[in-house]
Amino acid sequence: MQNALTLYQTTIGKKVVMAVSGLVVFGFVIGHLAGNLNLYAGPTAINDYAAWLRSMPKLLWGARIGLIVAIVAHIVSSVQLANRNAAARSARYMKKVHKKANYASKTMYFSGPILLLFVLYHLAHLTLGRTPGYEFDPHNVYNNVVLGFQNPLIAAIYITANLALGLHLFHGAWSMLQTLGLSHPRYDVYRRQFASVIAALITLGNVSFPVTVMAGLVQPTDQSFCYEHLARQPGECGPRETQ
Amino acid sequence: MSLSHESTELNSGEPTGPIEGLWDKFQEEMLLVSPANKRQYSVIMVGTGLAGAAGAATLGELGYQVKAFCYQDSPRRAHSIAAQGGINGAKNYQNDGDSIYRLFYDTVKGGDFRSRESNVYRLAELSVEIIDQAVAQGVPFAREYGGLLDNRSFGGAQVSRTFYARGQTGQQLLLGAYQALARQIDAGTVEMHSRTEMLDLIVVNDRARGIVTRNLVDGTVEAHLADCVVLATGGYGNAFYLSTNAKGCNATATWRSHRRGALFANPCFTQIHPTCIPQAGAFQSKLTLMSESLRNDGRVWVPKNRDDISKDPVSIPDAERYYYLEERYPSFGNLVPRDVASRAAKTVCDDGFGVGPDVEGSRRAVYLDFSDAIGRLGEEKISERYGNLFDMYQRITGDNPYKTPMRIYPASHYTMGGLWVDYSLMTTVDGLFATGEANFSDHGANRLGASALMQGLADGYFVTAYAVGNYLARKGPSKLSMSNPEVKHTLDVVNSRIKRLLSAPDPKHTPDYFHRKIGAIIWEQCGMSRSGAGLKQALEEIPKLREQFWREVSVPGSGSAFNQTLEKAGRVSDFMELGELMCLDALDRDESCGAHFREEHQTEDGEAKRNDEEFSYAAAWGFKGSPDDPCTSDMPTHELFKEHLEFDYVKPSMRSYK
Amino acid sequence: MRKLNLKLHVWRQNGPDDGGSFQTLDAENISDHASFLEMLDVVNEKLVEEGKDPIAFDHDCREGICGSCGMVINGQAHGPQKATTACQLHMRQFESGDELWIEPWRANAFPIVKDLVVDRSAFDRIVQAGGYISIRTGSAPDANEIPVGKTHADAAFDAAACIGCGACVAACPNASSSLFVSAKVAHLGVLPQGQPERFDRVRKMVSQMDAEGFGSCTNHRECEAACPKEIRVDYIARMNRDFVSATLRAPNEVAQRKAPSTQR
Ligand SMILES: Cc1cc2nc3c(=O)[nH]c(=O)nc-3n(C[C@H](O)[C@H](O)[C@H](O)COP(=O)(O)OP(=O)(O)OC[C@H]3O[C@@H](n4cnc5c(N)ncnc54)[C@H](O)[C@@H]3O)c2cc1C
Ligand code: HEM
Ligand code: HEM
Ligand code: SF4
Ligand code: F3S
Ligand code: FES
Repeated sequence: MQNALTLYQTTIGKKVVMAVSGLVVFGFVIGHLAGNLNLYAGPTAINDYAAWLRSMPKLLWGARIGLIVAIVAHIVSSVQLANRNAAARSARYMKKVHKKANYASKTMYFSGPILLLFVLYHLAHLTLGRTPGYEFDPHNVYNNVVLGFQNPLIAAIYITANLALGLHLFHGAWSMLQTLGLSHPRYDVYRRQFASVIAALITLGNVSFPVTVMAGLVQPTDQSFCYEHLARQPGECGPRETQ
Repeated sequence: MSLSHESTELNSGEPTGPIEGLWDKFQEEMLLVSPANKRQYSVIMVGTGLAGAAGAATLGELGYQVKAFCYQDSPRRAHSIAAQGGINGAKNYQNDGDSIYRLFYDTVKGGDFRSRESNVYRLAELSVEIIDQAVAQGVPFAREYGGLLDNRSFGGAQVSRTFYARGQTGQQLLLGAYQALARQIDAGTVEMHSRTEMLDLIVVNDRARGIVTRNLVDGTVEAHLADCVVLATGGYGNAFYLSTNAKGCNATATWRSHRRGALFANPCFTQIHPTCIPQAGAFQSKLTLMSESLRNDGRVWVPKNRDDISKDPVSIPDAERYYYLEERYPSFGNLVPRDVASRAAKTVCDDGFGVGPDVEGSRRAVYLDFSDAIGRLGEEKISERYGNLFDMYQRITGDNPYKTPMRIYPASHYTMGGLWVDYSLMTTVDGLFATGEANFSDHGANRLGASALMQGLADGYFVTAYAVGNYLARKGPSKLSMSNPEVKHTLDVVNSRIKRLLSAPDPKHTPDYFHRKIGAIIWEQCGMSRSGAGLKQALEEIPKLREQFWREVSVPGSGSAFNQTLEKAGRVSDFMELGELMCLDALDRDESCGAHFREEHQTEDGEAKRNDEEFSYAAAWGFKGSPDDPCTSDMPTHELFKEHLEFDYVKPSMRSYK
Repeated sequence: MRKLNLKLHVWRQNGPDDGGSFQTLDAENISDHASFLEMLDVVNEKLVEEGKDPIAFDHDCREGICGSCGMVINGQAHGPQKATTACQLHMRQFESGDELWIEPWRANAFPIVKDLVVDRSAFDRIVQAGGYISIRTGSAPDANEIPVGKTHADAAFDAAACIGCGACVAACPNASSSLFVSAKVAHLGVLPQGQPERFDRVRKMVSQMDAEGFGSCTNHRECEAACPKEIRVDYIARMNRDFVSATLRAPNEVAQRKAPSTQR
């Protein structure tokens, strides 16, 4: 513990915290995308999947706490490093040419906060169901998503945010390997490719949802879903006429 | 300047006995300072190149209080960093018959029998330990696939004894020494003063007790006192203005110490390197060395026909080319020693066959052509051998040496002369030592390739600490007060010289202007070849130039701030005096030997002709004028002291490269 | 031979506390064979003859090896040519009529001494903190007693080629000195001779680097692009790895380094 704390006092230590926390969130995003792909398998698949997740509250909350800690750590260290870096050069260059720094690396401090805002919005939208526009149904994740994406504004928010995510990961995934010292002369050439491919796949996957919905390829369902363990009142999932 | 021949004898003070045991004997006989007492002694180390950094680190490690100085912003930038080729070490790792004796023999012979045998033997002995020391520090010498150290043959040696680190041997060795120094700075044993220039020596009761320095950042002039002073300030090759030395290399520390009593030995022994990139115009500020190894595969030529000198070299057919080295020296060809190759290039250019652009009325370059080698071995092989050199050449000249021959010309490169020192590296001022290129000790009239790094480190790591310890043990501790009148006086001398540089009566020209002028004079008359008449002419011109300098040098700004023009002006003022002594020494040495080529003394084939009967000595000059005031016109008398050289082991012979 | 006429905007500043500003100067009749510093020499020569203050800039070897020179030319540390120090940059890279903005390395850890001259003593202090192998003079074993495989030897050399110029700091958007520090950490850390102090060294050097006030590395790779010796950012990864294992394995705290002294 003592060692970890002293590590955190150094610039490299803070970067390590960012990389590890980034990795945690990164892992979540991949898993999340995989789960969301159930959307294409139809309403039942994804709704069952969502219900299954929520049938394990301990695990769920464990993961949630882990995520929250990671995101907080990620943000706190990024702010500390940003302050330090700003203080390292108070006089700016009149002219400055960038040769290798790319758009993604230079905009980490934009894509990151965009992601933060997005996550807050996203929680309000799909987890809590507090955003206006349509009726939120905790049993029908499928419809929540599809109806939401039929709203061009909401779709635009998702697309923008996921492009930001792509950018963030395009640099972040490579940067993370570098920060954690995962480098070996034989594999170094693949690190850039790894980051590009993974960022592209995640972005494509996530952006595909609003796009396919808007294109009309995915339609809302009339089916109604009700899962016993999610029910707020007893009997809520009783037999209904339409079922 | 006149000279008076008093010919007082000098004693080198080495122990007596067989040469193999001298250094051991010195160590056995020397007095020791006990570990507890070492902290009571302070040592000033001026210069932190190979010799200085190694010396300061070792002294600090032993427990002395060391103050070290350099003019650059960091000790890591000393000129030693530029050495490319390699460092000799008599390890015999290649099993090709090398030995300490053979390295000793080669070095004495290479120095054309004008060096001191005892010192050279010690150098060869220590060469072995240097390699161990450097490797343990992490110096990344070239290695073979088996993981053991690689060697190459350098400068025409018959054995492969040169250790190298790509083309950056000097850099890597200096970084090793710099890191050792850094370790001592961190430990608090060495106090480092970067961007600080030594401007005078403080001598109290005939003993060196300190220095006066100027802080180059804020201009503060102050005194530093110690129990002894070591100068490791490098060579004076920049006296020629254009040289392969770094721009800041200077003779200020050695020259001003010379003015305070240290004899200056063999100032005319300067080495000219044959393969440098030629001057491209009047703006040229320095010349870049191209490794000598290029002559292994390159062929040197000029057009046979004067009308062809400005033609595209590729268009000149083989029959129209004069491969002058191959023709004149059939057995060594393009690989003749540095001085022979240099002089031959000068001769063909003097005769009007020089190529390349016309710079101020003459073409001074010859071709170094790789087309045959490329034809024979392929471009790939050549690029493997010399790729980085070719790149450097192209970066500087804009020409592609794979397609068109390189142009090269000799340039001032190294100075064998320097402060006279005895076996323990002490000058004629008690308590003032000189190490590395700053002293005259080991290379005689000519230095072999890869042996300057060796000498710097031998002096620095191994000799300095013993010599200084022995001296301090004999003297015992003593304190000197800052209020000592000599200290005050020396400070005044320095301040008034600075004031004088800043306030020339009729400021017109930059210090560089004068530097170029003095450089041109000594390059012309005291460069690759010298003649009595030319040297006498130089001795007339220099005092006039000096007078003009003190009248017309323009130094804007003040002395109490960062002022690079002032730094240069001070250095040039010393070259103006040293340059004259170089010519005087060259005139006085009425023979040819090593790199000192007097046109009057040559064999029928134009080879240097030594005169051992009369000149088998080191010429050490004493300054007879006032040590305080700069010479504004004529220089006061210099007195010649001779150290006669005995060759008990290597019998003098004439070299021949036919 | 071409002759160039250029307009220079040169940063002039009298000391660390002076405000500083650009001065516009003409560089006339410059040969395209001149080096960049020789071009500045020509400008300075004229200034000195007129009794004016010449442009201060650091330089010594003018061969690209001592690391003294360095300035940002039109937004690029050491100028536009790849793997080339300012002293090795030649004017044939430019066209007549070009306007050049010439600025010092800008980083708070490199205070400006005058004009284009900066104080890089922070680098020295980082090396003093541990950038060496502790070996007493005269106590070394025979050089061939420690074989070093060629790949390790080459990797060490690639890192050891650093000239300490500071262009990496100048070019880094965060003014981080990671490339410089990592090069030394790797040079010594790869070699067998450097193993005993490997982790201690990296801890000490990194904490000194932090104490000097350099920024942190966010892996922009600008340093690598500017480095005249083409030191690769892979060494930064290596340094990070060594540093983390050093901190986690060592029982004691990260050695606290003294804050930068003001002694110059
Ligand atoms: C281009 C080139 C290539 C070479 N290649 C080789 C080679 O391959 N092999 C070889 O053996 N030799 C080579 N040499 C020669 C060799 O590099 C030098 O002779 C040797 O490095 C000199 O070391 P030094 O320590 O004596 O002096 P330097 O390294 O010159 O150090 C001088 C020190 O003194 C300081 N100093 C000077 N004046 C003052 C002052 N007034 N006040 C304060 N400090 C001062 C400087 O700051 C510096 O720290 C080469 C030389 C050149 C020029
Ligand atoms: C929640 C808001 C977020 C903010 C404010 C944020 C901010 C940042 C910042 C400023 C960096 C530093 C860039 C660098 O040092 O190179 C960074 C790095 C990184 N981020 Fe984020 N980020 C956020 C979310 C995320 C998410 C959701 C992920 C994963 C999907 C992620 C993964 C990463 C990774 C892997 C890195 C690289 C760490 C490293 O360089 O070692 N971040 N982030
Ligand atoms: C278009 C892409 C996305 C879709 C369709 C989507 C869909 C969903 C849905 C339906 C839920 C609710 C699950 C439930 O309540 O059972 C959810 C939760 C969540 N999503 Fe997304 N999401 C997307 C992108 C993202 C991204 C990019 C992030 C993070 C950077 C993210 C982070 C979260 C989080 C943190 C939760 C809350 C999980 C929890 O309940 O603990 N999502 N997402
Ligand atoms: S890493 Fe490169 S840019 Fe940085 S100091 Fe070393 S040589 Fe200069
Ligand atoms: S540019 Fe700066 S951010 Fe890192 S990779 Fe180089 S130090
Ligand atoms: S002056 Fe030495 S690297 Fe440029």
